[in-house]
Amino acid sequence: MTRGDDIGVPSRAPEVVLRQWTTSYRVWLGAASVLLVLPFFPGLGSDFSRSLLSQMGIAAVFALSYSLLLGQTGLLSFGHAVYFGLGAYAGIHLMRAINAGLPVPMPLVPIAGAAAGLAFGMLFGSLTTRRAGVVFALISLGVGELVLAAMRMVQGFSGGEEGITADRGAGPHVFGLTFASQLEIYYVIAFWAVLSAALMVAFLRTPVGRMCNAVRDNAERAEFIGYDPVRVRFIAFSVAAMFAGLAGGLHALNYEIVAADAVGPARSGAVLLMAYIGGVANFLGAILGAVVITWLQVSLSDYTTAWQLYLGLFFMAVVLFAPNGLAGLLLMHVRLFRTGAWIAVLKAYAIAAVPAGALVAGAVALLEINYRRATQPEAGPQLKLFGVTMDTSTPWPWLAASGLVIFGLVALRRSWPLVTAAWRHAGDETRRRGEARS
Amino acid sequence: MTHGAGSELQCVLQLRGVRKSFGATQIIRGVSLDILRGERHAIIGPNGAGKSTLFNLICGRIAPTQGCILLDGKAIAARPAFEINRRGISRSFQVTNIFPRLSVYENIRCSVLWSLGYRYCFWRGVSRLRDAAEKTERTLEAIGMTSRRDAPAGVLTYAEQRALEIGITIAGDPQVILLDEPTAGMSRAEANHAVDLIREVSQGRTLVMVEHDMGVVFDLADRISVLVYGEIIATDLPSRIRRNEAVQTAYLGSAIHA
Amino acid sequence: MLEIITFSLLNGVVYGLLLFMVSSGLTLIFSMMGVLNFAHASMFMLGAYFSYQISRWIGFWPALVIAPLLVGAIGAAAERFGLRHVHRQGHVAEILFTFGLAYLIVEFVVMVWGRNPIENQVPATIDFPLFTLFGTRYPFYKGLMTAIALAMFAFLYLAFRRTRLGLVIRAALTHPQMVSALGHDVPRIFVLVFAIGSALAGLAGVIGGFALLTEPSMAQALGPIVFVVVVVGGLGSISGAFIASMLIGIVQTFAVALDYSLLDLLRLVRVAVPPDSPFYEISAIKIAQAAPLIPYLLLVAMLIVRPRGLLGTRET
Repeated sequence: MTRGDDIGVPSRAPEVVLRQWTTSYRVWLGAASVLLVLPFFPGLGSDFSRSLLSQMGIAAVFALSYSLLLGQTGLLSFGHAVYFGLGAYAGIHLMRAINAGLPVPMPLVPIAGAAAGLAFGMLFGSLTTRRAGVVFALISLGVGELVLAAMRMVQGFSGGEEGITADRGAGPHVFGLTFASQLEIYYVIAFWAVLSAALMVAFLRTPVGRMCNAVRDNAERAEFIGYDPVRVRFIAFSVAAMFAGLAGGLHALNYEIVAADAVGPARSGAVLLMAYIGGVANFLGAILGAVVITWLQVSLSDYTTAWQLYLGLFFMAVVLFAPNGLAGLLLMHVRLFRTGAWIAVLKAYAIAAVPAGALVAGAVALLEINYRRATQPEAGPQLKLFGVTMDTSTPWPWLAASGLVIFGLVALRRSWPLVTAAWRHAGDETRRRGEARS
Repeated sequence: MTHGAGSELQCVLQLRGVRKSFGATQIIRGVSLDILRGERHAIIGPNGAGKSTLFNLICGRIAPTQGCILLDGKAIAARPAFEINRRGISRSFQVTNIFPRLSVYENIRCSVLWSLGYRYCFWRGVSRLRDAAEKTERTLEAIGMTSRRDAPAGVLTYAEQRALEIGITIAGDPQVILLDEPTAGMSRAEANHAVDLIREVSQGRTLVMVEHDMGVVFDLADRISVLVYGEIIATDLPSRIRRNEAVQTAYLGSAIHA
Repeated sequence: MLEIITFSLLNGVVYGLLLFMVSSGLTLIFSMMGVLNFAHASMFMLGAYFSYQISRWIGFWPALVIAPLLVGAIGAAAERFGLRHVHRQGHVAEILFTFGLAYLIVEFVVMVWGRNPIENQVPATIDFPLFTLFGTRYPFYKGLMTAIALAMFAFLYLAFRRTRLGLVIRAALTHPQMVSALGHDVPRIFVLVFAIGSALAGLAGVIGGFALLTEPSMAQALGPIVFVVVVVGGLGSISGAFIASMLIGIVQTFAVALDYSLLDLLRLVRVAVPPDSPFYEISAIKIAQAAPLIPYLLLVAMLIVRPRGLLGTRET
């Protein structure tokens, strides 16, 4: 009787599953074909949605590179945007050179980004990978601030806060394409995204890639099988920086402008959020996180000015309750589905959903009321929320929202044990069926 | 096997006057030891004698305050642990020290990579490395873990993890194997199984082991060294160690030591 | 000249003490719990905001006492209800929790006080000159800051070394089960340590908030420098944090007063750089402009020369 029969715990190690999924040609072909037809899906035909898809693609490459660093090698960095930004700067300067006559086709610009990312990754990596864990995290923060301050000072190269611009349509034509349109750029981004993902997966399957995982799990033991953990981390860091730089190059192509914020702590924080919320344990998490967070960033800001607060709360919820991220939750439920004991769990979810919904609605209402009051006092006391118009100068909205929150908290505490019991039951079921089989 | 110092060629591992202090406390007080090539050498002694510290000194986890350690006649003291491992010494740990999120198969495969010369290779897929696959399979078979190859190492039972621990240690074909209390926490049956395993994998290699289980020690060892308070008080054949008065005093008189 | 040097030194010392006040609580929390508290500078910010609000309602001197207590309470709550559940997941998860906490505190501040800087003026009760030097008045509140910072240093140093509680806490860090078996409530100790550390940051915010612009981004401005102080001083060392804070404070303040650039230096040795060369922009940067870089350059230099910091005792 081993612990592997617990539904929450996989019975096969992650890298076995990864190998199974990523060495299948069908998976890659399927992904590529989906990306090929995506811009023509109903509802996704506009320039806006194609721009959104492009943003997701760039974020996905960036998040994948971060996942390589954190999820696969165990290095927590608060300054990963440095390599993204420097890659973006390299890209935009190359674009300017192309605008001035350099005969290089625009789709090759991300290579400059990758080269810059790799060069700076090796430069800073040689200094910072000597330590791991907490010290490495702090050092990455320091280097990030250093580069940001430096970028602000060298206005000629960075354009300071205003940034540097270029024109992606003013380059040599390739097969008659000018790359000025959003659709064309989407395909360029999609191509580089798939290629980057494939290369990163391939890197993980090499000897040094396997040692990245080993060093993450137990750096000391890695020494006792002949590997220098510092060297392994240095290599992982350089590779991650290279792909971050590539994402930066894509960013330059997409937006045609790069400013100092590209290297800043806000962007480093954003990629951390994406990778962690999605789930750092595997690459699916990085892609999922990039897609979900990009979508939230773009769409939530239409509904509320407090979207950053919601993002922060979401992040905290993941850290506290779902450390394996969205991908972890997804995989857990897929395993649950396979066992056939999922109906009880679903019923428990349905019961717990009512207080959970009340809690969320009440909390959102309170937050929105307060946020509005503090940041937009000129908008007046009328607030429209969930289709209900309320006058925030009266106590009723406050009382109603607080009531919802209290009810939600109390009822959720009562009903959550149902959920945990259902999961445990499902686990017992699986074990029972497993033993009956053997 | 003769006792007493062998010639340079017969000694694979030599310690000369090794001392180790942590601050004002001397843990190892001048240890000189010769390990002969191909022998199975056990180090025993009361708790707190410094056995694990001695292992840590040999394999490079810590550096000696004084003295030298020679492998095949070359100095290895104070070298980084990975360098010492590359020269042919591999050790297991008293507290299981595996790669918990990797599969059993991956744990072993990572341990064979350097010895096969792959180093920091990033241009070849690890699945295509035939020799690595063969060596991994052989090691898995030797430790009896072939059926659990895909399981994440963190969910194994204690005995399975101890077997994996030994597997990681021997996978790279080291010439000197250091085993730190390999049967700790095992039942009689499990310990017997472990002894058979150890005997098999140490064929043609040099084995140095720290053990508390006297049954295991007398079963396996060609020679025994007794470490008390950081000093070797005797090195001899098992039968003679049993009758050695100094050893008896150390054990009977040291029952009250922590 | 003497005037510039004296005032730069005085201001440098005060700035250094401000950095120390903020980083001392961080060092305490790190040494005793192994948690690198990303939300520490946010606690500093809360101290400034709370003090502003309480000063408006009651007065400054009550605020000096109440605000740190409030911030300490918030820290205790964060540890008790949040961080405690994350300890078993390892240090990465702990750092991420505090990272998210810092984020949320900023949003909370925006929600209550808005995005714009608030008028956190030095209150009339402490706005008088302490002494007059070279014709310029040196404000009392800076002297108050000095006194509080030194008191913090003394308190922490003694608490670490001399008290029984300090001993127990240090033991709990490396052997929590043993300490627990001896009858000490380790989780409660952690709450206490986190609360005290946060309260120290809050206290620093009350008095230090006058030196900086009080706005929601002040935590982000100060935070990285505080981490540099802790790394340069050596993780786990109060004395190291003190030395590093003074070093960074004095060097940076002096740098701001220096209006020279590489160009000026080259001109001294009769080397002229043409304005259209790519080096012109870099060599024209005045030291005063490059002052924000100094803490981070020091960090990189320290990493190359002496990775464990000046007086470091803990590795991770």
